[in-house]
Amino acid sequence: MDHPLPPSGEDRVAAPRPHPPAPLSGQAGVYAVIAVGGALGALARWGVGLALPTHQGEFPLGTFLINVAGCLLIGMLIVLITEVRPAHPLVRPFAATGFLGGFTTFSTYATDAQYLLLHGHIGTAVGYLAATLAGAVAATWVGITVAKAISVRLVHR
Amino acid sequence: MIPLLVVIGAMVGAPLRYLTDRLVQSRHDTGFPWGTFTVNAVGSFILGLTLAATVSPEVLALVATGFCGTLTTYSTFGYETVQLAAGGSKLFALFNAAGSMLTGLGAAGLGIAIGSALHPVL
Repeated sequence: MDHPLPPSGEDRVAAPRPHPPAPLSGQAGVYAVIAVGGALGALARWGVGLALPTHQGEFPLGTFLINVAGCLLIGMLIVLITEVRPAHPLVRPFAATGFLGGFTTFSTYATDAQYLLLHGHIGTAVGYLAATLAGAVAATWVGITVAKAISVRLVHR
Repeated sequence: MIPLLVVIGAMVGAPLRYLTDRLVQSRHDTGFPWGTFTVNAVGSFILGLTLAATVSPEVLALVATGFCGTLTTYSTFGYETVQLAAGGSKLFALFNAAGSMLTGLGAAGLGIAIGSALHPVL
């Protein structure tokens, strides 16, 4: 957040704020690397979609794998760049917000599941909704845990 | 042509996700990831609308795969859910997981319904 002063608490009491935070100021580089990372992530997702196309009524395997893999990687990445080896300030916006944010997708998850429901594939829809959610949360946790274990080893070596 | 349209859509969607997150998160003090919740719901609605309203491969590459796919995110959603749970807010984590899923599903359904009605127009 780009507040002109460190947060003191007054601004929470005296609403509304004198001027809204400026989400664009001083952030050009961040927005640029997010756009590039997002484009690369979207291209990778598009490529996986070509390799593993989903036909109507089927479990959307490609999107499932993308979302679970993306969660594993974001868990590892954030631990690695915050706890193991402090990275350049643009690494997280590029790789996490941009690439992994653009690689994974929530809209395709929700829409594919809704189409499965609408076409009467209730079991597949519920299985897909639950498997992605559980797989994503578990993968994130595994990613964080593995990266923390690596960081402990590196520190104690 | 198709990959270029995916890139253009993504180069709008990804920064817009970040901008929306910053705007939404600066307007409340709860620590709940309403920013990601918002982009995921809005993106699911637009994707449902687009898929129902058009079969154009160019529009789908630009708006569906490029823009909506990148505006929304599962990795940040997963990370924030685990973060809530690890921070002791297990109930908030559950609410974020179930709430995002059901809201996204509902938003996609609404988009599909409106898109189907608009179909002859687009």
